[in-house]
Amino acid sequence: MKLHEFQAKQVLARAGIAIPEGRTATTPEEAEAIATALGLPVVVKAQVHVGGRGKAGGVKLAKTAAEAKTHATAILGMDIKGFTVRTIYVERAAKIAKELYLGITIDRDRRRAVVMLSTVGGMDIEAVAETQPDKIARSWPEPLLGLRGYAARALCFEAGVPEAQREAVAAMAQKLYDVFRSTDAMTIEINPLFIQEDGSVVAGDAKLEVDDNALYRQPELVTYKEIAPDEVQEERAKALGFSYVQLDGTVGIIGNGAGLVMSTLDAVKNAGGSAANFLDVGGGAKESVVKAALEIVLANPKVKAVFINIFGGITRGDEVAKGILAVLKDATPRVPLVIRLSGTEAEAGRALLEGAPLVSRATMDEAATEAVRLAK
Amino acid sequence: MSVLVGAQTRVLVQGLGREGAFHAARMIEYGTKVVGASKPGKGGTTQDGIPLFDTVAQAVAATGANTSIIFVPASAAPDAILEALDAKIGVIVAITEGIAVHEMLTVASMLERSTSVLIGPNCPGLISPGTAKVGIMPAENFSTGPVGFVSRSGTLTYEIADLLTKAGLGQTTCIGIGGDPIIGLPTPDAVRYLNEDPATEVIVIVGEIGGSAEERAAEYMRAHGKKPAVAFIAGRSAPPGKRMGHAGAIVSGNSGTAQSKVAAFEAAGIPVATAPSEIPGLVKKALAGRR
Repeated sequence: MKLHEFQAKQVLARAGIAIPEGRTATTPEEAEAIATALGLPVVVKAQVHVGGRGKAGGVKLAKTAAEAKTHATAILGMDIKGFTVRTIYVERAAKIAKELYLGITIDRDRRRAVVMLSTVGGMDIEAVAETQPDKIARSWPEPLLGLRGYAARALCFEAGVPEAQREAVAAMAQKLYDVFRSTDAMTIEINPLFIQEDGSVVAGDAKLEVDDNALYRQPELVTYKEIAPDEVQEERAKALGFSYVQLDGTVGIIGNGAGLVMSTLDAVKNAGGSAANFLDVGGGAKESVVKAALEIVLANPKVKAVFINIFGGITRGDEVAKGILAVLKDATPRVPLVIRLSGTEAEAGRALLEGAPLVSRATMDEAATEAVRLAK
Repeated sequence: MSVLVGAQTRVLVQGLGREGAFHAARMIEYGTKVVGASKPGKGGTTQDGIPLFDTVAQAVAATGANTSIIFVPASAAPDAILEALDAKIGVIVAITEGIAVHEMLTVASMLERSTSVLIGPNCPGLISPGTAKVGIMPAENFSTGPVGFVSRSGTLTYEIADLLTKAGLGQTTCIGIGGDPIIGLPTPDAVRYLNEDPATEVIVIVGEIGGSAEERAAEYMRAHGKKPAVAFIAGRSAPPGKRMGHAGAIVSGNSGTAQSKVAAFEAAGIPVATAPSEIPGLVKKALAGRR
């Protein structure tokens, strides 16, 4: 789950990390009033769950309150990569002397958090890692110890942080690590981290993405949850107990088990087609879940054929068949269905589907080929 | 022969709820020695003929359990793993899906200080056909033979085991390592067990998009491989930035792509199947080249 900049900054501020003063607005008039109240100049920033908003024109400097209003008018309602801007953040502009990068994420290979600090700030850290890998200092704190003072200082020495800011940046890194742990973050970033003309350090931007599996113990952060327009179906599917990802193709996919469904997508591609979605009904799916899954897939207008690929383990072939029949009973689907049933109770399932308006194939490859043919 | 679980395995069940009880019964049916279950407050009683204990330590002392299988819900599972580690259980299998990543960071840190092996979480467990099943896989898809098999996926493991079995290619041990970003026994470590196992003649490595465990496994086999291997990567057609069902199955930036994994295996001389149905043929070819 992603937080907006202003939400992430509130979390940082509570942990004692300095942020520029700022407030949110949803109208140009509000933006103008905030600019006057904060003192000028200010920065007007689009609050959307997508990167690259600066390049898209979603971040503007205003020297007067009237200018803040003009920028707010332009930014509110703007479309940034499919996300409509509903909220802007008006913030006192920092007096920037230098920009740094400070971020923490999960290093899967080392099974540790990795803290990264660089004097190349304001750029995408993945781009820095590619073009100037020696410009990123890294530290992997032992989770039971946390980021200790000596390790934070070592990061500053390695990154080449100016001497005057060393203690302040090290302290900020320690505080950020504590936020990373306490919020169950997958990624937390201050980019850029400003060194101001007066020598103080302040978080210029803030990114925070929280582990969805930990939301049960983050009651406060859950209130920040927003469902993006392209995630509506995915959220609906999650509520029903399965995972769904919208894709661009024409063959609707339903399967059981993430790996099997991924392979099913690949089989469709191998057969010259393209998948319209990823849908894993999970283990032990009952009739009602299969029915709901089929309805979601059929609701996508791009779908020209549906491929149901079940290898029964905990999931039973007869339950799957009953779910399909429950949909067919109401109406004949607008597109052809292709099914491949194997494993637990597959024969019982196939027997139930005898005479139903669908195509049955014995293997995943054969069924994929048939589904792709029917989608054309 | 087999790795990690076999005739010596004595299983303790942590979480004998509806799912745990169902699978405990299937494991016993298979011939696995299920010696007890931990259920705080129910120590001294039995459930379905399985002796219950208040703590894992008590169960180990009373039964000599050397393996545990965990079914408790995600919020309690890290505690269950740590309890098993504390009681020095040798092989811990965590079936539970949805454990918070930060909990797994702590678990991984404790695991590294121990001599225990953790399989999972978010995995189907492991099976040494004919001797022991410590997991939730449908046993009929597996058979005894020379193939060592490691996989990040559940159902896909059953599918491929079924294809192997139908082609007359039985298995030494099949290890379902789990689909989470942080797991106890990543692909290269699982491969190392199979590489060191004298009964395993060929290794099947089933990976998926996300992370770089497959690349590291390929590098390990290139440097230390004692036997041929065959690989398959699920998710070749997955778009970047989207989590494909498994928490760990995500392509971020340039890392975790199927292309990178396929290239790493090919550079290590390991053929990569483009569909599961190609795996048995590649395994037969690898075995023929060896014999």
